[in-house]
Amino acid sequence: MTAIAEPLIAFFLIVSGIFGFVGSFGLLKLGDPMSRMHAPTKATTLGVGGVLLASILHSVAIEKHLSLHELLITLFLFLTAPITAHFIAKWHIHRHETPQSLPRAGDDVIWATHDTPEQEDGDAA
Amino acid sequence: MKLLSHIFPHPQLTLLLTAVWMLLANSLSLNSLLFGLFLGIVIPAITRPYWPNRPQLRNWPMIAEYLLVVLWDIVMANIAVARIILFKRDADRQPVWICVPLDLRSPEAITVLAGTITMTPGTLTADLSAKGHNLLVHCLDAPDPDAVRDEIKNRYERRLKEIFE
Repeated sequence: MTAIAEPLIAFFLIVSGIFGFVGSFGLLKLGDPMSRMHAPTKATTLGVGGVLLASILHSVAIEKHLSLHELLITLFLFLTAPITAHFIAKWHIHRHETPQSLPRAGDDVIWATHDTPEQEDGDAA
Repeated sequence: MKLLSHIFPHPQLTLLLTAVWMLLANSLSLNSLLFGLFLGIVIPAITRPYWPNRPQLRNWPMIAEYLLVVLWDIVMANIAVARIILFKRDADRQPVWICVPLDLRSPEAITVLAGTITMTPGTLTADLSAKGHNLLVHCLDAPDPDAVRDEIKNRYERRLKEIFE
């Protein structure tokens, strides 16, 4: 059992290490702030996911007891990471984008972040 | 029936909270089950005024299918994005904003869709349109923006529509 489990655990740890590294490297390499936000989403999905799988496997195969609270980390990450990304994106739109620099929002014309009373007056004029 | 829905405004939330508590306690004892159920009944009851409408979840096999599709896409997209970051020159990359028109109307479904788009690497939900009928999505590298929009609509939105509406 351990003979199969150990290489598997090592594999998952290496995978998560690689994606964690690529995520951090992306933060350095990518040019514009919106693209830079893509890098951390990778670190939180496969990067953390690999460590969690390795941890579950380790507790089942080597410590001989079932431990699943790693799944909760995944659940909480999936709940909170999109919200953080959304806040950073909203900051970026406030500071650096105008209604003209973004694509038209279909029938609604304007995006919610730009939908402020002053902005609407400005557009009508 | 009315009394029952008053005590359990969100029965699925009750089950989910119980499961989360048991995972947190990391044990299958009667103790943690009872306390989990207690939390699962009290928390939905207290938060009921802030979440008055009960979201209708149907089509449970579709939920499983959706989770598997998303997990698979996360793995594949991770590899694709890693390739872009490591091997593509920054000048060759084509980041674009795209507008995804929504057929979904339930707020819970739109939240799940927005979260899914953010968690699959390569795309990021940035904003919702003023009346909530479109999503603003940022792509890391999309030579063909229409293909990305169609994929989001066909792979995720179609399934969410069957789950929530």
